[in-house]
Amino acid sequence: MTMPLILVLVMVVLFAAGVYLLLDRSLTRVLLGFLLVGNATNLLIFLTSGTFGAAPIYGVDPADMSDPLPQAFILTSIVITFGISAFILGLIYRNWHLARQDEDEVRDDAHDQELAEAESLTTEEVTDEELSQTKEFASSSDPEPASQQSDESTRDEHGASSNGAAS
Amino acid sequence: MTSLIPLVVLIPLLSAALALALPGRRRAQQLITVFALTSVVALSGSFMWFVDQHGTQVMQVGGWAAPFGISLVVDRLSALMLTVSAVVLLGVLLFSLGQGLADGDEETPVSIYYPTYLVLGAGVCNAFIAGDLFNLYVGFEILLVASYVLITLGGTGARIRAGVTYVVVSLVSSVLFLAAIGLVYAATGTVSIAQLTLRIAELPGNMQLLLNLALLIAFGIKAAIFPLAFWLPDSYPTAPAPVTAVFAGLLTKVGVYAIIRSQTQIFPDSNVDPLLMVIAVLTLVVGILGAVSQLDIKRMLSFTLISHIGYLIFGISLASVAGFAATIYYIAHHIVVQTTLFLAVGLVERHGGTTSLISLGGMLRAAPVVAVLFFIPMLNLGGIPPFSGFIGKLGLFTSAVELGSAGAYWLVGVGALVSLLTLYALARAWSLAFWRPRESLLEAEGTPAIAPSREAAILHGRETAMLQQLHDAPDAEPVQEQKETPKLMVAATTGMVAVSLLLTIFAGPLYAYSVRAGEYLADSGRFVERVLDEPSPLGGGSGVTQIPGFDPQGESEEGTS
Repeated sequence: MTMPLILVLVMVVLFAAGVYLLLDRSLTRVLLGFLLVGNATNLLIFLTSGTFGAAPIYGVDPADMSDPLPQAFILTSIVITFGISAFILGLIYRNWHLARQDEDEVRDDAHDQELAEAESLTTEEVTDEELSQTKEFASSSDPEPASQQSDESTRDEHGASSNGAAS
Repeated sequence: MTSLIPLVVLIPLLSAALALALPGRRRAQQLITVFALTSVVALSGSFMWFVDQHGTQVMQVGGWAAPFGISLVVDRLSALMLTVSAVVLLGVLLFSLGQGLADGDEETPVSIYYPTYLVLGAGVCNAFIAGDLFNLYVGFEILLVASYVLITLGGTGARIRAGVTYVVVSLVSSVLFLAAIGLVYAATGTVSIAQLTLRIAELPGNMQLLLNLALLIAFGIKAAIFPLAFWLPDSYPTAPAPVTAVFAGLLTKVGVYAIIRSQTQIFPDSNVDPLLMVIAVLTLVVGILGAVSQLDIKRMLSFTLISHIGYLIFGISLASVAGFAATIYYIAHHIVVQTTLFLAVGLVERHGGTTSLISLGGMLRAAPVVAVLFFIPMLNLGGIPPFSGFIGKLGLFTSAVELGSAGAYWLVGVGALVSLLTLYALARAWSLAFWRPRESLLEAEGTPAIAPSREAAILHGRETAMLQQLHDAPDAEPVQEQKETPKLMVAATTGMVAVSLLLTIFAGPLYAYSVRAGEYLADSGRFVERVLDEPSPLGGGSGVTQIPGFDPQGESEEGTS
């Protein structure tokens, strides 16, 4: 079994270019990247068949045939890639339609932005607090300190009336 | 019985085609979908009984013998997964029927919803009965493409944004899986799982490890194990409630199923078990810490979903019969309970108009039925004793202690901690959404009209503190219109709760079944024998399809025995 070097090189280049495009933010480039990576994978499967040039199932002598199985795999995966490409094109169009801009980029996650902004708020708040309270903030994910902390805030809000019960 | 195996895929697929041919006739589509899924439930239930009595059933499609043709295999694990999935699909379908009947189809294009849902079911079933890696890939693709459509249903901005993440990540995992199949074929010259068992063992150790890791990464993205789970909490919560429920129940479990198959039958002597243990611990801990810090119930449940995948990997990493058995029981439990919780949250969303813990409150008064329907699966997921979650975790912990290694004890400790934290996260959601009085929402800003009693003041303080801890968590979408809840939605959720209780009541027989399935998986030789040598009752496919001297690789030393 000899492997044609040129096919291996083409596969490597396709994979590299495809992965690069997949990492892009523009959805059209992601689609192109997916197509390149898909074709690179098809080449990889084709390279595994080992014999090249002959028809898959034709003739009598098995030595004259190519391995039909990888070709069947490739056909199946081409069909799947085709269907998925059509879906992604629809997705890109819808995304563009919603954004109504000249771009097709993946939009920012509102939750992520919220979190990023909120984090800076938190650090400010912690520095504003008294040093004595930071101890309780450090272990605030446990249920028990949570109740302690709640006692604290109860005392703050309702003054002496709940003071006896909270202790 | 053997010739009935393809029907679990064919019935949903043909029904999907039929439903797609009747656009706009919602009633007819619904009837077709219900009929198709009911017959799949009946079929897979009878497979489960038959396979347990008569052993693994193998169907050689088209009468071509195993290494060449496509074999469809139903063993105990497949049959159990088929049954549980079919029940979940049917339960969620009834829920969405209820929702669709109430809402009409102004919001979502219902005429493609039912066919796509059926295609999803066909893909899941195809993955479970696949006897070779490539058919497993095709099953994955069928269910993934259907899930792409379902997750972007309606094409609103938020869903498209979340859908893009999901689609791109899934595409990458599919390409990795396909490349891994190519490498496996290059190394062994076959993709039949039964033949791989024999041929992988002949490969050098490094090559085995490489192939194993390639498949593990591809399956790991789908199963949402720790470093590869980032996409899940981002994309699941935006989909409609029934879609999220069925995704949470089934899609990740198909990945876990593939990991079980590859670890037990393709790489029985694998040396990645310590790695799996580390992954299990990280998945458990990171997932649940994410859940604890969520304000949106849907996001919180997505994180508990990731966390509990850790328990399944935990069982697989033990690589013992008891570990496999416990994993199999735990999968059945987790599919049902996680789906039920998402359905219950769907009801919460309808009643309260939101899933944000800040805006919800007083649901216990307003909707006592929903409160009960959320409470039971909550205790179940947290592992409170009478329920199936406890039995599954007990099974996992017992088998880990039997193994007795240091890593196994670590797993038990972390597993118990995560179980407590799950209960903490869910109980907090329950007390904020259901237990606290609705009035406290109004009082939160102004001064209370009546002076609160001491207990009320303390409780109020605790609520504030609980919410304070979460004040920088991403919030749910703004309050939507509250709608009345159709009876069918409540009935479907009640039905799913009843199924989860059945898993508890019949835990004895079911666990014994899981142990038999685990024993069968651990003894990969029996599987090989069955698939490669069993003459098919259909007549063809008894091994006569080989041409003398024909060898796909041109390597004559392995032959086609």
